[in-house]
Amino acid sequence: MTTYIIRRLIGAVIMLLIVSMVTFAIFFLVPRLAGATPESLASRYAGRTATAETQKLIADRLGFNDPLVVQYGRFVKGLVAGSEFDTGASIEQCPAPCFGYSYITQQPVWPDLVDRSRVTLSLAVGAAAIWVFAGVAAGVVSALRRGSFFDRAAMGIALAGVSLPVFFTGMISLVFFSYSLGLTAPGGTYVDFTVNPAQWAYSLILPWITLAFLFAAGYARLTRAGMLETMNEDYVRTARAKGLPERTVVVKHGLRGALTPIVTIFGLDFGLLLGGAVLTESTFSLNGLGKYAIDAITNNDLPKVMGVTLLAAVFVVVANLIVDLLYAVVDPRVRLS
Amino acid sequence: MSVGNGGSAGHLAVRDLSIHFPTDDGLVRAVDGLSFTLERGKTLGIVGESGSGKSVTSLGILGLHKGGHARISGEIWLDGEELVSASADAVRKLRGKKMAMIFQDPLSAMHPYYTVGHQIVEAYRIHNQVSKAAARRHAIDMLGRVGIPEPAQRVDNYPHEFSGGMRQRAMIAMALSCDPELLIADEPTTALDVTVQAQILDLMRDLQREFDSALIIITHDLGVVAELSDDILVMYGGKCIEYGTADDVFYRPEHPYTWGLLGSMPRLDRAPTERLLPIKGSPPSLINVPPGCAFHPRCPYEERTEGRASTEVPGLLETEGGHLVRCHLPREERRAIWENDVKPMLETT
Amino acid sequence: MALTAIGTVIALGLTACGGGGGTPAGTGGGTAAAGAKDAFNASLTSVWNPSTKKGGTVKMANPGTWDSLDPGDTYYGYSFNFIRLYGRALLMFKSAPGKDGNTLVPDLAESLGQASDDNKTWTYKLRTGVKYEDGTPVTSKDVAYAVSRAFDKEVLPHGPSYLNELLNWPKDYKGAFKEPDRDISSAIETPDDQTIVFHLKQPFGSFDYIVQMPMTMPVPKDKDTGTKYQEHVMSTGPYMFDTNEIGKSFSLKRNPNWDPATDPNRPALPDRYEVALNVNADDIDNRLISGDLQVEVSGVGMGQAALTRVLNDPALKERTDNPQLQRLWYVSIPPEVKPFDNIECRKAVQFAVDRTSVQRAWGGPLAGGDIATGMIPPSMDGYKQIALYDTPEGKGDVTKAKAALQACGQPNGFETNISYRAERPKEKAYAEALQQSLAKVGIKLTLKPFPQGDYFSLYAGKPAYVQENNIGLAVNGWGSDYPETYGFMQAIVDSRTIRDAGNYNLSVKIPEVDQLIDQIKGEADAAKRTELWSQVDQRVMEEAVTMPGVYARSLLMRGKGLTNVFVSDSQQMYDYVGLGVQ
Repeated sequence: MTTYIIRRLIGAVIMLLIVSMVTFAIFFLVPRLAGATPESLASRYAGRTATAETQKLIADRLGFNDPLVVQYGRFVKGLVAGSEFDTGASIEQCPAPCFGYSYITQQPVWPDLVDRSRVTLSLAVGAAAIWVFAGVAAGVVSALRRGSFFDRAAMGIALAGVSLPVFFTGMISLVFFSYSLGLTAPGGTYVDFTVNPAQWAYSLILPWITLAFLFAAGYARLTRAGMLETMNEDYVRTARAKGLPERTVVVKHGLRGALTPIVTIFGLDFGLLLGGAVLTESTFSLNGLGKYAIDAITNNDLPKVMGVTLLAAVFVVVANLIVDLLYAVVDPRVRLS
Repeated sequence: MSVGNGGSAGHLAVRDLSIHFPTDDGLVRAVDGLSFTLERGKTLGIVGESGSGKSVTSLGILGLHKGGHARISGEIWLDGEELVSASADAVRKLRGKKMAMIFQDPLSAMHPYYTVGHQIVEAYRIHNQVSKAAARRHAIDMLGRVGIPEPAQRVDNYPHEFSGGMRQRAMIAMALSCDPELLIADEPTTALDVTVQAQILDLMRDLQREFDSALIIITHDLGVVAELSDDILVMYGGKCIEYGTADDVFYRPEHPYTWGLLGSMPRLDRAPTERLLPIKGSPPSLINVPPGCAFHPRCPYEERTEGRASTEVPGLLETEGGHLVRCHLPREERRAIWENDVKPMLETT
Repeated sequence: MALTAIGTVIALGLTACGGGGGTPAGTGGGTAAAGAKDAFNASLTSVWNPSTKKGGTVKMANPGTWDSLDPGDTYYGYSFNFIRLYGRALLMFKSAPGKDGNTLVPDLAESLGQASDDNKTWTYKLRTGVKYEDGTPVTSKDVAYAVSRAFDKEVLPHGPSYLNELLNWPKDYKGAFKEPDRDISSAIETPDDQTIVFHLKQPFGSFDYIVQMPMTMPVPKDKDTGTKYQEHVMSTGPYMFDTNEIGKSFSLKRNPNWDPATDPNRPALPDRYEVALNVNADDIDNRLISGDLQVEVSGVGMGQAALTRVLNDPALKERTDNPQLQRLWYVSIPPEVKPFDNIECRKAVQFAVDRTSVQRAWGGPLAGGDIATGMIPPSMDGYKQIALYDTPEGKGDVTKAKAALQACGQPNGFETNISYRAERPKEKAYAEALQQSLAKVGIKLTLKPFPQGDYFSLYAGKPAYVQENNIGLAVNGWGSDYPETYGFMQAIVDSRTIRDAGNYNLSVKIPEVDQLIDQIKGEADAAKRTELWSQVDQRVMEEAVTMPGVYARSLLMRGKGLTNVFVSDSQQMYDYVGLGVQ
């Protein structure tokens, strides 16, 4: 078990290193290969009235003229030890972990990321709680009452949930529940949990449900398929033969057996989601990481885009690691290997 | 022993049990009008090919078809309680306590995610109000009694950490944990190595004596039955076609199907693949059971019934002293065939 | 005259491209604010729901975010409009509906600029008693500092660079951050605390239009934090920052040190402004409709989804205004790209195009705009209808187009490319509409999308690239930084602005037009100037080197509960200085 954990940890660290290289390459190497010059890179930071001289100055200041290895080294050093940025008027600190410094808002990216993560985390946790509960419950009931009206209805809704895009369901629910009925908060009214938990939940309930709808569908189908399989397993028959109440048989034996793929998918979904639920956040104007990324892309704010990309990749790697570890908890057979 | 019309005070009495499953293709008559009784301390072997309805019978007795879409009729009496008409919950409470089951493949029959000990404790604590610690001690004790070495350590192992034979021992420990009055073993040795098979059978015989339970062994393997059973019930197409003491069935079998089974029984003095009296064809579909005698399409003596075999369902009739046979052939003719044709072939080889 | 770097147009950065996704027509909708009758275009020429009631909060949202809140670092039209709430430039546009809003009035200054006879020296006297939010008096030195700090485009890159180019800065000046002690008296002098004098390199009669821009809003040197100044701008207007989270939201509260006696231009009715940034555009539209939000601050107009809903609901439509913008969408036809070196081929394109399909591509008459026949938008001096390329119902004339092709020596048509900005769906639709129209006469267009960030610097605005890659048509758009024809036209029709790269004028190289422009610069009579501009427009169209698409319009919705709502011609959106709430 210990070696298993250590192996996974080392794998995760290597993965993060690769992620940092790939991210760096995407933002600095690929544009160069595509013909961008240090000046044209700098023009993104230079505003639209910039003269060629200004662009050159900015390119020098941002170090775009240095060899890529030096730039990567500076990037990694910033992550580990922090770095400084010359804005032309002053030297600004970017303390570790320095995920970049935006020349458009003149802010280090990391505090933004931390700030935005709170929103995304709030969104993800609430939505995940709903979709796991609703999806798994619907899946279990569907499987147990296979072919019943409930099963058909639930699977029909699930299909709709998977196929309908969030901006569609989100917009419809906003128009209906918020603008027409006034039941839920309109978009863009997020209140932090620490300020007022009730307001927090009120402002997020619609995004939660919308996002959960998308995911619950998948989990319902996955659970149903898994349950159909496990409920036919010999060990479920054994559990019944022991005289266990049906609830225990279904939950403790049937569902537990169907849990492994759900845990796997959940880990990946959740990790991805932490990197930003772009559509949901845009639709509901939640200032989370996804919205941050979209806004940064719109404004051509590369350091922010890169920061979010890197952080999102970290989330996925960490989620993968946790899934691997959970695997061992869920399925004792994994611990041997 | 009286079988067929019930009424006797057997510990387990099954009367006219039918279990039918409606399907899209038609009604599956998995068990059709089955009756037998069994006393505590006695062993009944139910023998038949796969699809003959023997496993459905055992699950039916345990009430595991309840709540599904099976149509069950008849009566099952266990220790004075009727189970077919009882509520699902009432039967559930008897399961594991008064009647327990050992399944064919212990690897798939035990939950891979829980320790062996946990699964025994779970079975025990459902029916006994004891602390976890006490249940655990009981589980260790049970594991010891079924011959698992170092039970105090093995109790925390997962099923995949056990060998096949050990797993079946653990399975037996689990089944016996509540000291059931009726134990049903469905092909308990099929998935095991031959050497382990013998050990398990010995163990079951010993434990049955020790616990004094009634035992039903379900198998397609007459060899297993021969070792353990007091009585034997041969099933074909969902019906009992021969019933009697082990001696009756082994030494004086009267049904052509039983002869076929005996002929295909592996013996040390014969090559295992060799079949002396091959049963031609394959078991009948339970949806379209052949009219008349279900066995007639495969029966080598079908023409001797003058067509009755394909039109008239033979009754299960007593030939002597509780030995029941379902066959159109006159008794004398059956005996003559056995004595003159079949038995010599089995013995001479 | 070298207004070389007149910015790309304010609104260009914010082209309306209402969201995809389907918002269904929901319930809910418009009821008139109490006391005022809703009507379509009710606030275009007069004040809708006038009121003097003070108090309340105006809730605004922006689908994007400010380039910067720093007065020296911003170049969006709506920002110029909004910034007047917390800053006072030397002059400002009058806060009044319609044409009246096009007048310049003194703000920080006592009067409009006093020009020397040669229009090269401009003097402004500041009002007395104007203070910052902390109570410090405002002096002319702060204005001079503000202008010299905004000079540094490396630190404050976003703002317009008019003053960089117009003023007679010392040689190799680098701006107030890098050379704080440099003597800049050749450009700006402050003989006393109330006087500021600007020295220009060349005569410039429209200088007043330049100093109404936010770069002349005073900045106290000791409070300047350079790139971080936008986090806390020292207010001189009626409102100051209460909260400010860059990129997320900010709010304004009353500035206790603003003295209404020094400020005749601002009614300052609400107590508070709250602005959310980066809010989903469709969401904003829906919240405007429901009343949860009062102003879409960027003034882009409603998106496609809401538009459909509004147009199908008379009650909602009555709450909207449809101002015409001083913005033109058009296509440049570079005459050096073959076969457009032949004027007949250029004319063939003009005749072939179905202008109604172009209008549809831009969003129809309400959200897109009016079919354009020349370069000067209708609300600007010198506008006239030009009938040179009229076709039946505007749908194109295949016969005339083919005749022109014949005359060009290309009777069977030809192949060429059309460029547009990849990020802009409407430009793509525009290019596709042209592609379809021209295909009817055998002119085959290939679509060439380019990234908008590099569109002018590397692609369409770079003559060498255009010629090499056969960009026969280039989608272009232009809006005015200030409502004066010179400011609008010079950058896009004067051939002398054309450089190696970064051009906005992609095709107009007509010596006669250059002469006319020079004539206009020297012409004192406004009516004559107007007439000369019409001639310029006519000449450009005769040469067929540009093909006008639409004069842009936007559809704005009056938020529920607002008072004093009006669109001024200078802002071409609701005037934020005038607004109040019930």
